[in-house]
Amino acid sequence: MFIVKYIKDVLHGVKSLWTGMKITGGYALRHHKEKITQQYPDNKDTLFLPERFRGEVVMPHDEHNEHACTGCTACELACPNATIKIVTRFDIQPDGKKKKAIDKFVYHLELCTFCNLCIEACPTNAIKMAQTFEHSVTDRTELTKILNLPGSKIREGI
Amino acid sequence: MLIEFAIVGVCIIGLFAMLGLVLIMMERKVSARMQLRLGPNRVGPGGMFQTTADTLKLIVKEGMTPDGADKFLFNVAPFIVMIVAMVIMAPLMFAKGLQIWDVNIGILFVAAVSSVSVIGVLMAGWASNNKYSLLGAMRSGAQIVSYELSAGFAILVIVILTGDLKISSIVDGQVNGWWIFKGHLPVWIAFVIFMIAVTAETNRAPFDLAEAESELTAGFHTEYSGMKFALFFLAEYANIFVVCAIGATLFLGGWQPLHFGTGTKFNEIMDYIPSSVWFMGKTFFLIFVIMWFRWTFPRLRIDQLLNLEWKYLLPISMFNILLATLMAIMGWHF
Repeated sequence: MFIVKYIKDVLHGVKSLWTGMKITGGYALRHHKEKITQQYPDNKDTLFLPERFRGEVVMPHDEHNEHACTGCTACELACPNATIKIVTRFDIQPDGKKKKAIDKFVYHLELCTFCNLCIEACPTNAIKMAQTFEHSVTDRTELTKILNLPGSKIREGI
Repeated sequence: MLIEFAIVGVCIIGLFAMLGLVLIMMERKVSARMQLRLGPNRVGPGGMFQTTADTLKLIVKEGMTPDGADKFLFNVAPFIVMIVAMVIMAPLMFAKGLQIWDVNIGILFVAAVSSVSVIGVLMAGWASNNKYSLLGAMRSGAQIVSYELSAGFAILVIVILTGDLKISSIVDGQVNGWWIFKGHLPVWIAFVIFMIAVTAETNRAPFDLAEAESELTAGFHTEYSGMKFALFFLAEYANIFVVCAIGATLFLGGWQPLHFGTGTKFNEIMDYIPSSVWFMGKTFFLIFVIMWFRWTFPRLRIDQLLNLEWKYLLPISMFNILLATLMAIMGWHF
Protein backbone atom coordinates (compact mmCIF):
# COMPACT_ATOMS: atom_id res chain seq x y z
CA MET A 1 0.00 0.00 0.00
CA PHE A 2 1.18 3.51 -0.80
CA ILE A 3 0.95 4.94 2.69
CA VAL A 4 2.83 2.02 4.24
CA LYS A 5 5.65 2.42 1.73
CA TYR A 6 5.73 6.16 2.41
CA ILE A 7 6.08 5.68 6.17
CA LYS A 8 8.68 2.96 5.63
CA ASP A 9 10.62 5.34 3.38
CA VAL A 10 10.59 8.05 6.01
CA LEU A 11 11.67 5.68 8.79
CA HIS A 12 14.40 4.20 6.61
CA GLY A 13 15.64 7.71 5.76
CA VAL A 14 15.75 8.72 9.41
CA LYS A 15 17.54 5.50 10.33
CA SER A 16 20.20 5.86 7.64
CA LEU A 17 20.80 9.51 8.53
CA TRP A 18 21.19 8.52 12.16
CA THR A 19 23.71 5.86 11.17
CA GLY A 20 25.81 8.53 9.48
CA MET A 21 25.47 10.89 12.42
CA LYS A 22 26.54 8.19 14.84
CA ILE A 23 29.88 7.86 13.05
CA THR A 24 30.75 11.56 13.00
CA GLY A 25 29.25 12.10 16.43
CA GLY A 26 31.39 9.27 17.73
CA TYR A 27 34.48 10.91 16.31
CA ALA A 28 33.50 14.26 17.82
CA LEU A 29 32.57 13.11 21.30
CA ARG A 30 35.00 10.28 21.90
CA HIS A 31 38.53 11.46 22.36
CA HIS A 32 40.57 10.24 19.45
CA LYS A 33 44.25 10.30 20.21
CA GLU A 34 45.11 9.43 16.65
CA LYS A 35 44.78 12.33 14.22
CA ILE A 36 45.02 11.47 10.56
CA THR A 37 46.69 14.76 9.67
CA GLN A 38 50.39 15.42 10.32
CA GLN A 39 51.64 18.58 11.99
CA TYR A 40 54.15 19.14 9.21
CA PRO A 41 56.77 21.70 10.18
CA ASP A 42 56.73 20.49 13.80
CA ASN A 43 57.32 16.82 13.05
CA LYS A 44 59.99 17.08 10.40
CA ASP A 45 62.03 14.33 12.09
CA THR A 46 59.19 11.86 12.44
CA LEU A 47 57.35 12.74 9.24
CA PHE A 48 55.68 9.70 7.71
CA LEU A 49 55.00 9.66 3.99
CA PRO A 50 53.18 6.75 2.41
CA GLU A 51 55.12 4.66 -0.07
CA ARG A 52 52.95 5.80 -2.95
CA PHE A 53 53.56 9.50 -2.28
CA ARG A 54 54.77 11.23 -5.46
CA GLY A 55 57.31 13.94 -4.76
CA GLU A 56 59.58 14.06 -7.79
CA VAL A 57 61.02 11.73 -10.43
CA VAL A 58 64.44 10.33 -9.59
CA MET A 59 66.71 7.80 -11.22
CA PRO A 60 68.22 5.36 -8.72
CA HIS A 61 71.90 4.56 -9.18
CA ASP A 62 73.64 1.59 -7.61
CA GLU A 63 77.05 1.57 -5.89
CA HIS A 64 78.93 1.28 -9.21
CA ASN A 65 77.27 4.52 -10.40
CA GLU A 66 75.14 2.54 -12.81
CA HIS A 67 71.51 3.09 -13.71
CA ALA A 68 68.95 1.07 -15.67
CA CYS A 69 67.96 3.65 -18.30
CA THR A 70 68.34 2.48 -21.90
CA GLY A 71 67.35 5.82 -23.41
CA CYS A 72 64.29 4.34 -25.09
CA THR A 73 62.36 7.64 -24.55
CA ALA A 74 59.20 5.78 -23.57
CA CYS A 75 58.86 8.13 -20.59
CA GLU A 76 59.37 11.16 -22.77
CA LEU A 77 56.56 10.01 -25.06
CA ALA A 78 54.31 9.15 -22.16
CA CYS A 79 54.68 12.52 -20.49
CA PRO A 80 51.57 14.65 -21.14
CA ASN A 81 53.28 18.01 -20.70
CA ALA A 82 56.84 17.57 -21.95
CA THR A 83 58.47 17.38 -18.58
CA ILE A 84 61.13 14.88 -19.67
CA LYS A 85 63.70 15.42 -22.41
CA ILE A 86 66.20 12.67 -23.13
CA VAL A 87 69.43 13.48 -24.95
CA THR A 88 71.05 10.33 -26.31
CA ARG A 89 74.51 9.63 -27.59
CA PHE A 90 76.14 6.63 -29.28
CA ASP A 91 78.90 4.84 -27.42
CA ILE A 92 81.51 2.96 -29.48
CA GLN A 93 81.84 -0.43 -27.86
CA PRO A 94 85.11 -2.44 -27.82
CA ASP A 95 83.96 -4.60 -30.70
CA GLY A 96 83.40 -1.50 -32.85
CA LYS A 97 79.63 -1.56 -32.63
CA LYS A 98 77.71 1.59 -31.73
CA LYS A 99 75.30 1.43 -28.81
CA LYS A 100 72.65 3.96 -27.88
CA ALA A 101 72.92 5.38 -24.36
CA ILE A 102 71.64 8.41 -22.52
CA ASP A 103 73.74 11.51 -22.38
CA LYS A 104 71.36 13.62 -20.30
CA PHE A 105 68.04 12.77 -18.71
CA VAL A 106 66.56 16.26 -18.36
CA TYR A 107 63.64 16.54 -15.96
CA HIS A 108 61.68 19.78 -15.62
CA LEU A 109 60.23 19.64 -12.14
CA GLU A 110 58.41 22.93 -12.69
CA LEU A 111 56.29 21.34 -15.44
CA CYS A 112 55.64 18.03 -13.71
CA THR A 113 52.14 17.21 -12.48
CA PHE A 114 53.25 14.00 -10.73
CA CYS A 115 50.87 11.87 -12.80
CA ASN A 116 53.16 8.83 -12.62
CA LEU A 117 52.73 8.01 -16.34
CA CYS A 118 56.49 8.04 -17.03
CA ILE A 119 57.15 5.56 -14.24
CA GLU A 120 54.46 3.26 -15.60
CA ALA A 121 55.84 3.59 -19.13
CA CYS A 122 59.42 2.69 -18.22
CA PRO A 123 60.21 -0.88 -19.37
CA THR A 124 63.30 -1.23 -17.15
CA ASN A 125 62.14 0.48 -13.93
CA ALA A 126 64.94 3.00 -14.30
CA ILE A 127 63.01 5.90 -12.76
CA LYS A 128 60.78 6.13 -9.73
CA MET A 129 58.97 8.66 -7.61
CA ALA A 130 60.87 9.97 -4.61
CA GLN A 131 59.23 11.19 -1.41
CA THR A 132 60.92 14.58 -1.24
CA PHE A 133 58.47 17.43 -1.43
CA GLU A 134 60.13 20.63 -0.23
CA HIS A 135 60.80 21.90 -3.73
CA SER A 136 60.70 25.68 -3.33
CA VAL A 137 63.76 27.45 -4.73
CA THR A 138 64.57 31.07 -5.49
CA ASP A 139 65.78 30.47 -9.04
CA ARG A 140 63.68 28.69 -11.61
CA THR A 141 66.64 27.08 -13.33
CA GLU A 142 67.26 24.99 -10.23
CA LEU A 143 64.08 23.09 -11.03
CA THR A 144 65.51 21.76 -14.28
CA LYS A 145 67.30 18.65 -13.12
CA ILE A 146 69.63 16.17 -14.83
CA LEU A 147 68.72 12.84 -13.35
CA ASN A 148 71.68 10.69 -14.45
CA LEU A 149 74.75 11.31 -12.36
CA PRO A 150 77.91 12.48 -14.13
CA GLY A 151 79.96 9.56 -15.41
CA SER A 152 77.21 7.05 -14.84
CA LYS A 153 76.54 4.27 -17.30
CA ILE A 154 73.91 1.67 -17.94
CA ARG A 155 73.98 -1.44 -15.82
CA GLU A 156 75.12 -4.68 -17.54
CA GLY A 157 72.39 -7.00 -18.68
CA ILE A 158 69.61 -4.49 -19.26
CA MET B 1 14.67 55.98 27.02
CA LEU B 2 17.39 56.95 24.58
CA ILE B 3 20.06 55.71 26.96
CA GLU B 4 18.23 52.39 27.30
CA PHE B 5 18.17 52.06 23.53
CA ALA B 6 21.88 52.79 23.37
CA ILE B 7 22.72 50.24 26.08
CA VAL B 8 20.61 47.53 24.45
CA GLY B 9 22.11 48.34 21.05
CA VAL B 10 25.66 48.12 22.34
CA CYS B 11 24.88 44.85 24.15
CA ILE B 12 23.39 43.28 21.02
CA ILE B 13 26.26 44.41 18.82
CA GLY B 14 28.72 43.10 21.40
CA LEU B 15 26.83 39.81 21.56
CA PHE B 16 26.97 39.56 17.78
CA ALA B 17 30.69 40.19 17.66
CA MET B 18 31.26 37.56 20.36
CA LEU B 19 28.93 35.10 18.65
CA GLY B 20 30.79 35.48 15.37
CA LEU B 21 34.12 34.75 17.01
CA VAL B 22 32.92 31.93 19.26
CA LEU B 23 30.68 30.14 16.77
CA ILE B 24 33.20 30.17 13.92
CA MET B 25 35.83 28.82 16.30
CA MET B 26 33.38 26.19 17.51
CA GLU B 27 32.48 25.24 13.95
CA ARG B 28 36.13 24.79 13.02
CA LYS B 29 36.95 22.78 16.12
CA VAL B 30 33.86 20.58 15.83
CA SER B 31 34.54 19.88 12.17
CA ALA B 32 38.17 19.12 12.99
CA ARG B 33 37.18 16.58 15.64
CA MET B 34 34.65 14.94 13.34
CA GLN B 35 37.29 14.58 10.64
CA LEU B 36 40.06 13.46 13.03
CA ARG B 37 42.02 16.65 12.52
CA LEU B 38 43.35 19.18 14.99
CA GLY B 39 41.79 22.31 13.51
CA PRO B 40 43.30 25.75 14.01
CA ASN B 41 46.18 25.47 16.48
CA ARG B 42 48.63 28.27 15.69
CA VAL B 43 47.23 31.58 16.95
CA GLY B 44 46.99 31.67 20.72
CA PRO B 45 46.49 28.69 23.04
CA GLY B 46 44.92 25.88 21.01
CA GLY B 47 44.28 28.30 18.15
CA MET B 48 41.73 30.23 20.20
CA PHE B 49 42.54 33.60 18.62
CA GLN B 50 42.40 32.36 15.03
CA THR B 51 38.96 33.86 14.40
CA THR B 52 40.02 37.16 15.97
CA ALA B 53 42.95 37.30 13.58
CA ASP B 54 40.68 36.41 10.65
CA THR B 55 38.23 39.15 11.58
CA LEU B 56 41.06 41.65 11.86
CA LYS B 57 42.19 40.65 8.39
CA LEU B 58 38.67 41.09 6.98
CA ILE B 59 38.33 44.52 8.59
CA VAL B 60 41.51 45.88 7.00
CA LYS B 61 40.69 44.40 3.60
CA GLU B 62 39.21 46.60 0.92
CA GLY B 63 35.48 46.13 0.37
CA MET B 64 35.34 46.03 -3.40
CA THR B 65 32.26 47.00 -5.38
CA PRO B 66 32.32 45.56 -8.92
CA ASP B 67 31.89 47.97 -11.82
CA GLY B 68 28.82 46.26 -13.25
CA ALA B 69 27.05 45.98 -9.92
CA ASP B 70 24.04 47.95 -8.79
CA LYS B 71 26.07 49.98 -6.29
CA PHE B 72 23.33 50.94 -3.86
CA LEU B 73 21.68 47.53 -3.56
CA PHE B 74 25.06 45.82 -3.51
CA ASN B 75 26.21 47.86 -0.53
CA VAL B 76 22.95 47.76 1.36
CA ALA B 77 22.34 43.98 1.09
CA PRO B 78 24.77 42.79 3.80
CA PHE B 79 23.30 45.29 6.24
CA ILE B 80 19.76 44.07 5.58
CA VAL B 81 20.77 40.48 6.29
CA MET B 82 22.56 41.63 9.42
CA ILE B 83 19.76 43.87 10.69
CA VAL B 84 17.20 41.10 10.24
CA ALA B 85 19.32 38.77 12.35
CA MET B 86 19.56 41.49 15.01
CA VAL B 87 15.85 42.29 15.02
CA ILE B 88 14.95 38.65 15.73
CA MET B 89 16.98 38.93 18.93
CA ALA B 90 14.42 41.39 20.35
CA PRO B 91 11.75 39.00 21.70
CA LEU B 92 14.19 36.27 22.77
CA MET B 93 14.38 35.50 26.47
CA PHE B 94 18.05 35.06 27.37
CA ALA B 95 17.54 34.37 31.07
CA LYS B 96 14.90 34.70 33.76
CA GLY B 97 13.55 38.22 33.24
CA LEU B 98 16.18 39.17 30.66
CA GLN B 99 14.30 40.09 27.54
CA ILE B 100 14.53 43.14 25.32
CA TRP B 101 10.94 43.33 24.16
CA ASP B 102 8.24 41.01 25.48
CA VAL B 103 5.82 41.60 22.64
CA ASN B 104 2.57 39.63 22.88
CA ILE B 105 3.02 38.16 19.37
CA GLY B 106 6.67 37.24 20.01
CA ILE B 107 6.89 33.96 18.13
CA LEU B 108 4.85 35.29 15.20
CA PHE B 109 7.19 38.27 15.07
CA VAL B 110 10.18 35.94 14.92
CA ALA B 111 8.65 33.79 12.18
CA ALA B 112 7.67 36.85 10.15
CA VAL B 113 10.91 38.76 10.43
CA SER B 114 13.16 35.76 9.79
CA SER B 115 11.76 35.44 6.26
CA VAL B 116 12.88 38.99 5.44
CA SER B 117 16.52 37.90 5.34
CA VAL B 118 15.88 36.22 2.00
CA ILE B 119 15.30 39.70 0.56
CA GLY B 120 18.83 40.64 1.56
CA VAL B 121 20.16 37.50 -0.07
CA LEU B 122 18.16 38.09 -3.26
CA MET B 123 19.33 41.69 -3.27
CA ALA B 124 22.95 40.63 -3.00
CA GLY B 125 22.58 38.06 -5.76
CA TRP B 126 20.77 40.40 -8.11
CA ALA B 127 22.93 43.46 -7.50
CA SER B 128 26.19 41.56 -7.99
CA ASN B 129 25.43 41.25 -11.72
CA ASN B 130 26.99 37.79 -11.67
CA LYS B 131 25.31 34.63 -12.88
CA TYR B 132 26.55 32.52 -9.99
CA SER B 133 25.34 35.07 -7.47
CA LEU B 134 21.95 35.25 -9.09
CA LEU B 135 21.60 31.46 -9.25
CA GLY B 136 22.56 31.16 -5.61
CA ALA B 137 20.11 33.86 -4.61
CA MET B 138 17.26 32.30 -6.58
CA ARG B 139 17.93 28.92 -5.00
CA SER B 140 18.01 30.56 -1.62
CA GLY B 141 14.65 32.17 -2.34
CA ALA B 142 13.02 28.89 -3.38
CA GLN B 143 14.54 27.13 -0.40
CA ILE B 144 13.55 29.61 2.29
CA VAL B 145 10.02 30.05 0.96
CA SER B 146 9.56 26.27 1.00
CA TYR B 147 11.09 25.50 4.35
CA GLU B 148 9.40 28.43 6.08
CA LEU B 149 6.20 26.39 5.83
CA SER B 150 7.34 23.41 7.82
CA ALA B 151 9.25 25.57 10.29
CA GLY B 152 6.04 27.51 10.77
CA PHE B 153 4.04 24.34 11.29
CA ALA B 154 6.56 23.07 13.81
CA ILE B 155 6.31 26.35 15.73
CA LEU B 156 2.53 26.15 15.46
CA VAL B 157 2.49 22.83 17.33
CA ILE B 158 3.97 24.52 20.39
CA VAL B 159 1.70 27.54 19.97
CA ILE B 160 -1.32 25.22 19.94
CA LEU B 161 -0.17 23.38 23.04
CA THR B 162 0.73 26.58 24.92
CA GLY B 163 -2.18 28.62 23.65
CA ASP B 164 -0.08 31.77 23.50
CA LEU B 165 2.32 33.55 21.15
CA LYS B 166 4.14 35.45 23.85
CA ILE B 167 7.66 34.12 24.43
CA SER B 168 7.54 34.64 28.19
CA SER B 169 4.31 32.63 28.53
CA ILE B 170 5.69 29.87 26.30
CA VAL B 171 8.65 29.60 28.66
CA ASP B 172 6.46 29.83 31.75
CA GLY B 173 4.24 27.07 30.38
CA GLN B 174 7.18 24.68 30.58
CA VAL B 175 7.86 25.16 34.27
CA ASN B 176 6.53 21.67 35.04
CA GLY B 177 8.38 20.00 32.18
CA TRP B 178 9.84 20.94 28.83
CA TRP B 179 7.62 20.39 25.82
CA ILE B 180 10.01 17.80 24.46
CA PHE B 181 9.23 15.66 27.56
CA LYS B 182 5.55 16.33 28.11
CA GLY B 183 4.52 16.75 24.49
CA HIS B 184 4.96 13.13 23.36
CA LEU B 185 4.96 12.19 19.69
CA PRO B 186 3.68 15.41 18.03
CA VAL B 187 6.35 17.50 19.74
CA TRP B 188 9.10 15.02 18.90
CA ILE B 189 8.09 15.10 15.25
CA ALA B 190 7.81 18.88 15.37
CA PHE B 191 11.26 19.14 16.95
CA VAL B 192 12.91 17.02 14.25
CA ILE B 193 11.10 18.91 11.49
CA PHE B 194 12.01 22.23 13.11
CA MET B 195 15.70 21.31 13.23
CA ILE B 196 15.67 20.23 9.56
CA ALA B 197 13.74 23.29 8.43
CA VAL B 198 15.88 25.83 10.27
CA THR B 199 19.04 24.20 8.93
CA ALA B 200 17.61 24.84 5.48
CA GLU B 201 16.46 28.34 6.39
CA THR B 202 19.89 29.39 7.56
CA ASN B 203 21.38 28.07 4.30
CA ARG B 204 23.61 25.61 6.09
CA ALA B 205 24.95 22.37 4.70
CA PRO B 206 23.43 19.93 3.72
CA PHE B 207 21.05 22.60 2.39
CA ASP B 208 23.70 25.18 1.46
CA LEU B 209 22.56 25.43 -2.14
CA ALA B 210 22.68 29.21 -1.96
CA GLU B 211 26.45 28.98 -1.53
CA ALA B 212 27.32 25.56 -2.96
CA GLU B 213 31.07 26.17 -3.24
CA SER B 214 31.62 23.39 -5.75
CA GLU B 215 28.89 24.60 -8.10
CA LEU B 216 28.52 28.36 -7.69
CA THR B 217 31.95 29.43 -6.29
CA ALA B 218 30.31 31.14 -3.31
CA GLY B 219 26.73 31.75 -4.43
CA PHE B 220 25.17 35.04 -3.52
CA HIS B 221 28.27 36.48 -1.87
CA THR B 222 30.71 35.62 -4.68
CA GLU B 223 31.42 39.30 -5.40
CA TYR B 224 31.73 40.42 -1.81
CA SER B 225 34.99 41.01 -0.02
CA GLY B 226 36.32 42.57 3.15
CA MET B 227 33.88 43.68 5.79
CA LYS B 228 30.82 43.30 3.57
CA PHE B 229 31.60 39.61 3.18
CA ALA B 230 32.27 39.41 6.91
CA LEU B 231 28.78 40.76 7.59
CA PHE B 232 27.25 37.95 5.53
CA PHE B 233 29.41 35.43 7.31
CA LEU B 234 28.54 36.88 10.70
CA ALA B 235 24.84 36.99 9.81
CA GLU B 236 24.93 33.28 8.98
CA TYR B 237 26.25 32.43 12.42
CA ALA B 238 23.99 34.95 14.14
CA ASN B 239 21.04 33.33 12.37
CA ILE B 240 22.13 29.91 13.58
CA PHE B 241 22.26 31.24 17.12
CA VAL B 242 18.83 32.83 16.77
CA VAL B 243 17.08 29.78 15.35
CA CYS B 244 18.72 27.54 17.94
CA ALA B 245 17.64 29.94 20.68
CA ILE B 246 14.09 29.75 19.35
CA GLY B 247 14.31 25.96 19.24
CA ALA B 248 15.57 25.92 22.81
CA THR B 249 12.77 28.25 23.88
CA LEU B 250 10.02 26.28 22.20
CA PHE B 251 11.06 22.71 22.79
CA LEU B 252 13.68 22.66 25.54
CA GLY B 253 12.08 25.08 27.97
CA GLY B 254 14.07 28.26 27.40
CA TRP B 255 15.84 29.16 30.64
CA GLN B 256 13.85 26.63 32.69
CA PRO B 257 16.10 24.21 34.56
CA LEU B 258 15.69 20.47 34.13
CA HIS B 259 13.14 19.21 36.65
CA PHE B 260 11.83 15.75 37.41
CA GLY B 261 8.67 15.59 39.50
CA THR B 262 8.22 18.22 42.21
CA GLY B 263 10.23 19.19 45.25
CA THR B 264 12.99 16.58 44.89
CA LYS B 265 16.65 17.12 45.80
CA PHE B 266 17.59 16.88 42.13
CA ASN B 267 15.36 19.85 41.27
CA GLU B 268 16.93 21.97 44.00
CA ILE B 269 20.43 21.27 42.70
CA MET B 270 19.31 22.13 39.18
CA ASP B 271 17.84 25.42 40.42
CA TYR B 272 21.29 26.51 41.62
CA ILE B 273 22.53 26.67 38.01
CA PRO B 274 21.80 30.19 36.71
CA SER B 275 19.03 30.49 34.15
CA SER B 276 21.32 32.14 31.58
CA VAL B 277 23.59 29.09 31.72
CA TRP B 278 20.61 26.84 31.07
CA PHE B 279 19.52 28.92 28.11
CA MET B 280 22.98 29.18 26.59
CA GLY B 281 23.67 25.50 27.23
CA LYS B 282 20.53 24.42 25.40
CA THR B 283 21.17 26.85 22.57
CA PHE B 284 24.74 25.71 22.12
CA PHE B 285 23.64 22.08 22.24
CA LEU B 286 21.29 22.75 19.32
CA ILE B 287 24.04 24.67 17.51
CA PHE B 288 26.24 21.61 17.94
CA VAL B 289 23.49 19.45 16.43
CA ILE B 290 23.27 21.74 13.39
CA MET B 291 27.05 21.63 13.01
CA TRP B 292 26.83 17.88 13.35
CA PHE B 293 24.43 17.83 10.37
CA ARG B 294 26.79 19.96 8.35
CA TRP B 295 29.83 17.78 8.81
CA THR B 296 27.96 14.52 8.27
CA PHE B 297 25.65 14.88 5.30
CA PRO B 298 26.48 15.62 1.68
CA ARG B 299 24.69 18.49 -0.04
CA LEU B 300 21.28 17.79 -1.55
CA ARG B 301 20.49 18.54 -5.17
CA ILE B 302 17.92 21.29 -5.72
CA ASP B 303 15.19 18.84 -6.78
CA GLN B 304 15.94 16.55 -3.83
CA LEU B 305 15.77 19.57 -1.56
CA LEU B 306 12.32 20.57 -2.79
CA ASN B 307 11.17 16.93 -2.79
CA LEU B 308 12.13 16.62 0.84
CA GLU B 309 10.12 19.68 1.74
CA TRP B 310 6.98 19.28 -0.37
CA LYS B 311 6.66 15.50 -0.35
CA TYR B 312 7.86 14.64 3.13
CA LEU B 313 8.22 17.47 5.65
CA LEU B 314 5.08 19.40 4.69
CA PRO B 315 2.61 16.46 4.66
CA ILE B 316 4.09 15.11 7.87
CA SER B 317 3.85 18.46 9.61
CA MET B 318 0.28 18.97 8.42
CA PHE B 319 -0.67 15.61 9.86
CA ASN B 320 1.30 16.49 12.97
CA ILE B 321 -0.70 19.68 13.45
CA LEU B 322 -3.91 17.62 13.52
CA LEU B 323 -2.39 15.29 16.07
CA ALA B 324 -1.20 18.17 18.24
CA THR B 325 -4.60 19.88 18.08
CA LEU B 326 -6.32 16.67 19.10
CA MET B 327 -3.85 16.29 21.95
CA ALA B 328 -4.37 19.87 23.11
CA ILE B 329 -8.16 19.55 23.04
CA MET B 330 -8.21 16.22 24.84
CA GLY B 331 -5.51 17.38 27.28
CA TRP B 332 -3.33 14.30 26.73
CA HIS B 333 -0.18 16.16 27.67
CA PHE B 334 0.59 16.79 31.32
